[in-house]
Amino acid sequence: MSFRLLAVLPFIGILLGVPFVNRVEPLVLGMPFVLAWIVMWVVLSSIIMGIIYRLDPVNRQTPSGEEVRS
Amino acid sequence: MSSALAIIVAVTLFALYLGVRARHGHDMSLEQWTVGGRSFGTAFVFLLMAGEIYTTFTFLGGSGFAYGKGAPVYYILAYGTLAYVLSYWMLPPVWRFAKTHRVVSQPHFFTRKYDSASLGVLVAIVDVAALIPYLVLQLKGLGIIVSTASYGAISSSAAIWIGAGVVTIYVIVSGVRGSAWNSVVKDMLILGIVLFLGIYLPMHYYGGLGQMFHAIDVARPGFLTFPEKGSSVTWFQSTVLLTALGFFMWPHTFGSVFTAKDERIFRRNAIVLPLYQLILLFVFFVGFAAALKVPGLKGGDIDLSLFKLSLQTFDPWFVGVIGAAGVLTALVPGSMILTTASTLLANDIYRGLVQRNASDEAVAKLARVCVPVVAVVAVLFTLHGGETIVALLLMGYSFVTQLFPAVICSLAPRNRATRQGAFCGILAGVAVVAVTTIFKLSVGQLMPFLPDALKDVNIGFVALAVNLVVFVVVSAVTQPQAETDQSRVQTH
Repeated sequence: MSFRLLAVLPFIGILLGVPFVNRVEPLVLGMPFVLAWIVMWVVLSSIIMGIIYRLDPVNRQTPSGEEVRS
Repeated sequence: MSSALAIIVAVTLFALYLGVRARHGHDMSLEQWTVGGRSFGTAFVFLLMAGEIYTTFTFLGGSGFAYGKGAPVYYILAYGTLAYVLSYWMLPPVWRFAKTHRVVSQPHFFTRKYDSASLGVLVAIVDVAALIPYLVLQLKGLGIIVSTASYGAISSSAAIWIGAGVVTIYVIVSGVRGSAWNSVVKDMLILGIVLFLGIYLPMHYYGGLGQMFHAIDVARPGFLTFPEKGSSVTWFQSTVLLTALGFFMWPHTFGSVFTAKDERIFRRNAIVLPLYQLILLFVFFVGFAAALKVPGLKGGDIDLSLFKLSLQTFDPWFVGVIGAAGVLTALVPGSMILTTASTLLANDIYRGLVQRNASDEAVAKLARVCVPVVAVVAVLFTLHGGETIVALLLMGYSFVTQLFPAVICSLAPRNRATRQGAFCGILAGVAVVAVTTIFKLSVGQLMPFLPDALKDVNIGFVALAVNLVVFVVVSAVTQPQAETDQSRVQTH
């Protein structure tokens, strides 16, 4: 159950985080800091959804007889 | 014929061929035409849902926004990501319900969920009002791309007529299958082009990404961060949240959900789609590169920044390749919108309002008749609509967001919302959107007593809040118990 709370993190990181990182320096990977912050959260969101997918029991059932791809 | 024009023509003809070929081996019943017989696997559903990200709006608008406004463009990257996180839980139940009840469109979904044909008609009208400007925007982008990339050999209005003709033909023949096949070509081409431009242009003109952003920061301080006022951090937060909620409410995106063959596809896509969006980053880089190299574009012309910079950098044949990719970014979403709008008119407005017991065959036939009609209306709007269309589009985005509360409530195991609540909530929200857009009101003007930071909150929230209040209150007074009391009295 609690693994679902992970999905809240992208909202916190992007919506609440941005006011604190609204600056250009230091450039990260050549990008302004605030842009790099958002990019980081895009990548993290993907990782988080990957973890949720693995932990979510729904994805272990085989509803239509299709093979399980964990 | 110049090499650029030859390439654009070849790719357009190929898109037409592929779109028509997509029908092969399928009889085009209503369910095949609108939702591909619910048989699409991960790849097609992925591309249809991602199709929303790579439209002319992002290709021209994304770079133009970065060029003209700077930092506020970052929001485009953020809202899609949050929408995909939500999609993990939101789309599977929508899909399950649609499959069980053989739903083919968004208003159809409302009609079945709330057991109310009039709600379906209302949603269909809201949808069509939101879709037409969106289609017009794609056509407008198409005209700009073709006339620029063909070095003026083809006029913008000729390109718009030809483009509309191409999508009309393949939509009539293959429906959503044509969009799906073409989205494969579109995404591969756009992926390659955007990655190349986003990496090459900063290298070529500035020596690297870091040097480019450094140069911009020196030349235009404050351009790369959110400003204090206007498109401020508050604007960013509210706009990202609002557009994330509205993201899947676009009827053609909602409709692409129905094409899937199983529900796990959505959960898998929720992992990959955020990453796939990062390609937009390279669109931004192009816009930023143009900011110091082709300065001086103003107003609507900022959308030309990508092409202006490409024209002064590359040989004509390569401009042609970029133009061809641009044409596909208009044709594919355009064809999805056209399929959806025609389905709405035939299935939901005609069958919902005029002829309740029309057969699926009759509706499928009528939907195809609607395709050229919608296309011609959109073309005429594009050529003669002027600036009003921008206002309509802004309105469209806020319109579809008003559907969010009713969709979410209907997914709960026991839906406490009533059809009256949903109907009045949507109507109230849409009315507020229309009034605030027409009179160009902002939160700061409506509520001048608010602290400065809150004045930049996206006006769409006011509409959504009004919608929610009406939705909850009306649902509360029209709970089913009240109805049974009534029926006892009236001996129903």
